[in-house]
Amino acid sequence: MESKNNWKAWLYLAPVLILLAVFTFYPIISTIYVSFLKNYSYTTGTHKGFTFDNYVAVLTPYSSLGGAMFNRVMKTALPNTLLITIITVPLSIIFSLLIALGLNSIKILKKFFQTVFFMPYVTNAIAIGMVFSVIFSTDYGVFNNIIGAQNLAWIFKTPQSEAVSYWRALFAICFYIIWHSLPYKILIFLGGLQNIDAQYYDAAKIDGAPKWKTALKITVPLLSPQILYMMITSFIGAFKEYNSVIGLFGKSGGNFDINTGPKSMETMVFFIYDQVAKNNVQYASAASVFLLIIILLFTLLQSKVAKKRVHY
Amino acid sequence: MKAKKVHYKYAADTSDYVLALSGSEASTQTKERLSKAGHIISLVITYLLLALAGIIIIFPFYWMIITSLKTGAEIKQLQQTFFPKIVRWENYTDAFTRLDFVTLLRNTLIVGIISTLGTVITTILAAYAFARLNFKGRDLVFTFLLASMMIPGEMMVITNYISVSRLGWTNTSNTIGNFAAMIVPFWVSIFYIYLLRQNFKQIPNELYLAAKVDGKSDWEFLWKVMVPLAMPTLTTIFILKLMGAWNSYVWPNLIASGNKKVYLITNGLRETFSTAENPDDYGAQMAATVVVTVPLLLLFIFFRKYIMRGVGRAGIKG
Repeated sequence: MESKNNWKAWLYLAPVLILLAVFTFYPIISTIYVSFLKNYSYTTGTHKGFTFDNYVAVLTPYSSLGGAMFNRVMKTALPNTLLITIITVPLSIIFSLLIALGLNSIKILKKFFQTVFFMPYVTNAIAIGMVFSVIFSTDYGVFNNIIGAQNLAWIFKTPQSEAVSYWRALFAICFYIIWHSLPYKILIFLGGLQNIDAQYYDAAKIDGAPKWKTALKITVPLLSPQILYMMITSFIGAFKEYNSVIGLFGKSGGNFDINTGPKSMETMVFFIYDQVAKNNVQYASAASVFLLIIILLFTLLQSKVAKKRVHY
Repeated sequence: MKAKKVHYKYAADTSDYVLALSGSEASTQTKERLSKAGHIISLVITYLLLALAGIIIIFPFYWMIITSLKTGAEIKQLQQTFFPKIVRWENYTDAFTRLDFVTLLRNTLIVGIISTLGTVITTILAAYAFARLNFKGRDLVFTFLLASMMIPGEMMVITNYISVSRLGWTNTSNTIGNFAAMIVPFWVSIFYIYLLRQNFKQIPNELYLAAKVDGKSDWEFLWKVMVPLAMPTLTTIFILKLMGAWNSYVWPNLIASGNKKVYLITNGLRETFSTAENPDDYGAQMAATVVVTVPLLLLFIFFRKYIMRGVGRAGIKG
């Protein structure tokens, strides 16, 4: 009976395990393997032995490519990705936490506001990216109108305008990413807030603690598991930013004034997909292994910090 | 019930008593009035800030809709108007002629529905095994699957692209292969297995034993009892997965590049319209984005509860 149940269970799991083996586990190993191959051709599967050249090309200027890949990864994609991450993760967490606290303290119109704040979640990243690029458009953009500027280039240069400054483009994309990432975080924080025992607040009230102090000393510490979860997942998400770039700047990734910063908003994942499309699978693999290592390091670091700070 | 109420009243009375002790009578009154005023002020500020944030959230939707109804001349005014003076519905006919909407919708629905059905089936089977069946290594395998969710999908895209192209699924002439490449790799989702397993676990064991007594097999019990009971979670999975297909861009873009016949809606949208400055084009462009956005919002309106429940579940650690 026992053994019969055993093979039956594996039969139930078979479809999932086979699909995962083919499309998840094998690819992870294979990508790491390909990243160390010399002159790999993905159509025939042939290569000329093992090498570190792919990593040298992607991470250093000292390769036969004359630093072309280095310029794209280390001088453009990595700085872009890091800046987007460092800006959007803390800001989106702070904003969503404030909104969730606000929503939690009201009764009238609560459902209405909740629905409004969730709307960006149910959108197509490319479509809304195109909307933002119209809002931020140079000559006739409503954003320029609102801030009282004329022909200020945020996304694209026009004949009347100066070249796009990198920092303006960075502002535009971070604005969009934060806008798009709020709903999920608000929903998670609100769920956490509703689980906090009302006793704590009663105790604070009796002690006569002001509202902001209650929020800072009671709510935030009790919400720390959700905050940690949000930090880890948003770090990973921000490192993989791609659709927002395509939506806002188009398939080229933008074209900025090189005196102000990187020349486009190309991110790490943008680079990886671009290399796959150009059949440079070996560089894509090396870059994605590099990305994986960065993500794992960040995740590890955060859980280390969390052990000291998070209250369970 | 009654006793509880009395107890509560008593507690409230004591707290007033404590307050009265701590200061003189007059200052207690002012204190109370002040705290009441403070409460109202903070409530007003909360509503104002929420309204402001709400406006920022809504604004892109609003701007998308009104721009989709504006004429080129109005879009090119130096001072932007917040409501179209002349409503130009032709932007929508323009969008429909340029965007091959029927083909794109058909392709997206084919990919969305077949990949969703496949996922639901594999998810039900795996969740059942993890929730109900006893076998060696169950917890180990489950933990292993959860851990693998950490690895970025980009790692897999590269090799998967090689795999499907070796199968000939990326040939531009192989339309069925192109569809298969967009569907088969997505027939499994660890997160949904996790979601459904939680749900299956809540179904009481007595039902299982009763079914056993009735002579039902595991298989029958799964489809006749478990699946109907888990319908809300399955609906959530179905809708979230369908939304995923509607929004997918990267993988279809790699697979379908060169074969316009198999473009999905997002690829068609991005290919048809350029982001570069061309204000005359904005009307039609925004009309197209409205067409792509509205089905999602409709899904949201009708299945709000299912969507928010499924998305919110991710944050609650079990």
